Amino acid sequence: MNGLKKVLGLVWMLLGPVIILFLIMQAMDKIAIAAEGIARTNTTLQWSIIILIFIPICAGLVIFGFYAWKGEYEKLPESSSDLQG
Amino acid sequence: MSSSDKNVTQNITQVIAASSLGTLIEWYDFYIFGSLAVIIGQQLFPSDAGASALINTLAIFAAGFIVRPFGALVFGRLGDLIGRKYTFLLTLVLMGGSTFLIGLIPSYSSIGYAAPILVLILRLVQGLALGGEYGGAATYVAEHAPVGRRGFFTSWIQTTATLGLFLSLGVIVLTKNLLGAKAFADWGWRIPFLVSILLVGVSIYIRMKMHESPVFTKLKAEGKVSANPLKESFQKKVNFKMVLLALFGATMGQGVIWYTGQFYAQSFLENTCKLDFNESRYILLWAILFATPFFVVFGSWSDKVGRKWIMLTGMLLGVICYRPIYQYFIDATNVKEFQKTELVSTSEPVIERGLVKDKPDSLITTTVTKTLKSGMTFKESSTVTIPVNASDDTPKAETVIKDVTLSGQTYIMVIFLVFFQVLLVTMVYGPIAAFLVELFPTQIRYTSMSLPYHIGNGVFGGLVPFIATLVASFSGSTPLSGLWYPIAIAALSLVIGAVYIDNRIDNTVMD
Repeated sequence: MNGLKKVLGLVWMLLGPVIILFLIMQAMDKIAIAAEGIARTNTTLQWSIIILIFIPICAGLVIFGFYAWKGEYEKLPESSSDLQG
Repeated sequence: MSSSDKNVTQNITQVIAASSLGTLIEWYDFYIFGSLAVIIGQQLFPSDAGASALINTLAIFAAGFIVRPFGALVFGRLGDLIGRKYTFLLTLVLMGGSTFLIGLIPSYSSIGYAAPILVLILRLVQGLALGGEYGGAATYVAEHAPVGRRGFFTSWIQTTATLGLFLSLGVIVLTKNLLGAKAFADWGWRIPFLVSILLVGVSIYIRMKMHESPVFTKLKAEGKVSANPLKESFQKKVNFKMVLLALFGATMGQGVIWYTGQFYAQSFLENTCKLDFNESRYILLWAILFATPFFVVFGSWSDKVGRKWIMLTGMLLGVICYRPIYQYFIDATNVKEFQKTELVSTSEPVIERGLVKDKPDSLITTTVTKTLKSGMTFKESSTVTIPVNASDDTPKAETVIKDVTLSGQTYIMVIFLVFFQVLLVTMVYGPIAAFLVELFPTQIRYTSMSLPYHIGNGVFGGLVPFIATLVASFSGSTPLSGLWYPIAIAALSLVIGAVYIDNRIDNTVMD
């Protein structure tokens, strides 16, 4: 199980930037279509808010992946004294 | 039962009642805004704003969700510094005050754009207050709960979000039915906001009589209160890694399951399946009514079998079942197809004439009510635009279906499927307060559990209706495409939770 936790850590580290890139590409695509008047729901403001919100969350996912890869989750704390360490 | 056991039970019952009532009122305050978005939009923005008024109102509604994590940080820190009791008393006052004031804001016709700006400010205060409330109430109850019953006792707090939604829908439907649609749209929509001050007053009175959490009191007496809970929660790796685990392995998936089952389902039935306004709300009300006791059932069960697998099973069932459920909603309300073989009667047409906005062209709308063999009814409106200039295109009719009402088996089946989604909500949400409380030490518990909870629910969950609607608007998408967002987030959380979280129940939260 610990091996799997580590390997998946790499996946989470990669997933963070992939999600942001995907969102930016989607935003560029959909805003261009909206500008042509095909769709009115995909505005620059809406997509900017979505991307701004998800950047720190994806950064958190990368950090989570890094911790997992370093083995930080191999043994979870069992009491508060472990957490205070 | 010994007298000391009786005292403990009596004490915890009072603690739960006082905490839950306040939290329920906060959820009520938070959700009436969303349930009244259409009417509020008409009051806050110019009368010719049309659809953009609703979109702007929904943006104000969403702003309340997005600031919730900031409320969690501000009030979580306060709660870990000065205590649980006074902090969630403060959040209650802020929430009740801002809700009452929203009910008093003059309309756009009286004060212009000051109206939406003032409501936005009050909505932000609501979001901040809610961000501080939940963590306080859950922590307070958990720190009073006896060992081995923490899941059961905190699950009462978990019922409040759903009951707050239930109460908001109920008060709105009742006020509208009592006053009539016109009076409700003119001024009656303010009543649900104004009523809040009475509810909050009662709750403040009850909470004032409560004592501080015994765990926090002990900590304070020993001089062990954290000097800087934010720093300890997020700068110390040992704590921060648990905050991340709570977010990605639990609250993120729980948030999307919550908002898909209780918000997106109703929005989908009303906007995609074209169900009647009241019909879609009654379906949700029935589903919530039947499902709510299961918060306590799953919370209590988690004391015996652990929190992890109950929550993850809820996520798994959501991932597997959402698409078939929503496909059924579409199939069961496909009146366009049904009328080819099942049409029983068509009413006399009602004809309305008007003008195209900003153009001299005329509009003629013809509406008929059709009844099918199954008992289902719906309205079919055909709108024809007649150009003033004869050289323009030939008039074209645009037909829309609306106000579908269900009947018999289909109605019961749709209620059951919404109930099933709310049941999944009870699985992921019933045990989560106990799970989060047990994850963090007393000194930083309020701060540390509030942030992942409100990012998971306020951001991941709160954005479900908005992102799902956005995805469904992409070219080449189907009405079910929007479901990929909650499915993907729940699946990701399921994998992370299954691999990284352990199923251990922490026997003590006194440390």
